[in-house]
Amino acid sequence: MKIKPDSMLDVGKIRKDFSILNKMINGKQLIYLDNGATSLTPEPVIGAMNEYYGEYNANVHRSIHSIGERATREYEKAHEKVARFINADFEEIIFTKGTTESLNTLAYCLTKRLKEGDVIILSEMEHHSNLVPWQQLAKEKKLIVKYIKINEDFELDLEHAKKIIDKKTKIVSVTHVSNVLGTINDVKKIGELAHDAGAIFIVDSAQGIPHLAIDVKKIDCDFFCFSGHKMLGPTGIGVLYGKKELLEKLDPFLFGGEMIKEVGFEDSKWNNLPWKFEAGTPNIAGGIGLGAAIDYLNKIGTEKIREYEEYLTEYGIKRLNEIGVKIYCPKNPKIRSGVISFKINGMHAHDVVALLDREGVAIRGGHMCAMPLVTKVLNENSLCRASLYFYNTPEEIDKLVGGIKKAKEVFQII
Amino acid sequence: MKNTDFDDNMDPNWLGDEEEEIYRENIIDHFKNPRNYGEIVEAEIKHSELNSICGDIIRLFVKLERGKVIDAKFKGNGCAISMAATSMLTEKLKGKTLEDIKKLTKEDVFEMLGIKLGIVRMKCGLLCLNTLMNGVKILEDKNGIKN
Ligand SMILES: Cc1ncc(COP(=O)(O)O)c(C=O)c1O
Repeated sequence: MKIKPDSMLDVGKIRKDFSILNKMINGKQLIYLDNGATSLTPEPVIGAMNEYYGEYNANVHRSIHSIGERATREYEKAHEKVARFINADFEEIIFTKGTTESLNTLAYCLTKRLKEGDVIILSEMEHHSNLVPWQQLAKEKKLIVKYIKINEDFELDLEHAKKIIDKKTKIVSVTHVSNVLGTINDVKKIGELAHDAGAIFIVDSAQGIPHLAIDVKKIDCDFFCFSGHKMLGPTGIGVLYGKKELLEKLDPFLFGGEMIKEVGFEDSKWNNLPWKFEAGTPNIAGGIGLGAAIDYLNKIGTEKIREYEEYLTEYGIKRLNEIGVKIYCPKNPKIRSGVISFKINGMHAHDVVALLDREGVAIRGGHMCAMPLVTKVLNENSLCRASLYFYNTPEEIDKLVGGIKKAKEVFQII
Repeated sequence: MKNTDFDDNMDPNWLGDEEEEIYRENIIDHFKNPRNYGEIVEAEIKHSELNSICGDIIRLFVKLERGKVIDAKFKGNGCAISMAATSMLTEKLKGKTLEDIKKLTKEDVFEMLGIKLGIVRMKCGLLCLNTLMNGVKILEDKNGIKN
């Protein structure tokens, strides 16, 4: 807390790239603390997408005219950038519309060969998108879903994980970072448990990759999913990474153009990776936008982002503790991401969100798409969540705190 | 105007001038001290509804005698608007027949609350009415089968 944040990151300069931060909301400058829902988009990302539409708007892998070639080149380059960003190979990067689609694809493809009684392990802190697909397919195929418990410090209980991951386990799929608790899970360790049991290991990194340096080889996961829109990219684009040898063995999930090599009236042959899993015209501008977002993150540096966010999160937790709200997050700053969920006694989250909106402060309220966690594990009806990104400042957190104080006054809470 | 006209700069939780303030004294009072809070064990209407966007939940109990409401209570959890609206609605129900209840409209709820609601908060304010109407429908369907 002694270091000045400016020495970590030139936030003032960075903020100039996000024109939306100048917007006035209800007469106040926008303070955007809802990055867990979606991040803001910097000018270079908007520019890259505009350039596609304005300069070389063509389909990919089909049209061999000049702009078609350029579109193909840029779209493939985006795959290459993603691959390098997470230390994977080009063939291992499949573009989807987001984490939800990536996880659904895996759920369908991987449960296809499972038998009645096979076990899928998730955790209590999953987002609905890493819970409902498995739960529904399990119902259909009579598979068993078990959940790794969380302990009092809001971490995954690894002892419990060891107990429930056994020889019957075929798939283990957990979130990298909780979108409610901010916990950074020890995915490497959980992966070891999964692999020791001979299971496939999947990481939902929707809340991880925007904030942490990623190396899929170090994590040693079989599949890794994330969304572009939470890491400065546009909506409608996401990634499914899979180890090459596994992707080669899997059957495609969507059939159509682009994913085939040869089609006859009787049968077809699949295209090479990654295109085998990208049927139809993809989100070309989105992919290019994601590539530009990765360039932007690289320019700042993922290590620097993490360092600054750790500082900012600690500041936020300290300030919120001062005004006596109840915070749900791990104590150890090293395993804590910039997600701060809290509750104000005597106020419903929806009212807190509405009153903060008067001050221009945007946060989230509700069960954050993790209803079993919030209602069954934490026993709350709804929580408030401030989620930070590297363009946020301590001053913005002060405004949040001021807004909460005002909200409490309206509700006559001392 | 602000509440019905759709414009990009509209604040979904519109809180402009004094008259438009949604967190008025009476709303906060009903939220903090809900009237008729509790259960009725033997009630003709027992029905819950959930507003999944913000997690508001209401369980409504209505006891009828000779076709008229003699008691109405509720339990639930939610934002000030949804709780205050339900609290006020239970006060309004006593003495009403099912036919009277079926005539209740959105406007009655707004009038009761004394505030205007934007599109987002509309769902909160109307959760009590939807719960009541669905409860009445279930009761009538059940009676229909019996007869
Ligand atoms: C942990 C986690 N997983 C998955 C998702 C789903 O991402 P998307 O809506 O982009 O598919 C989210 C988004 O909120 C998330 O926080």
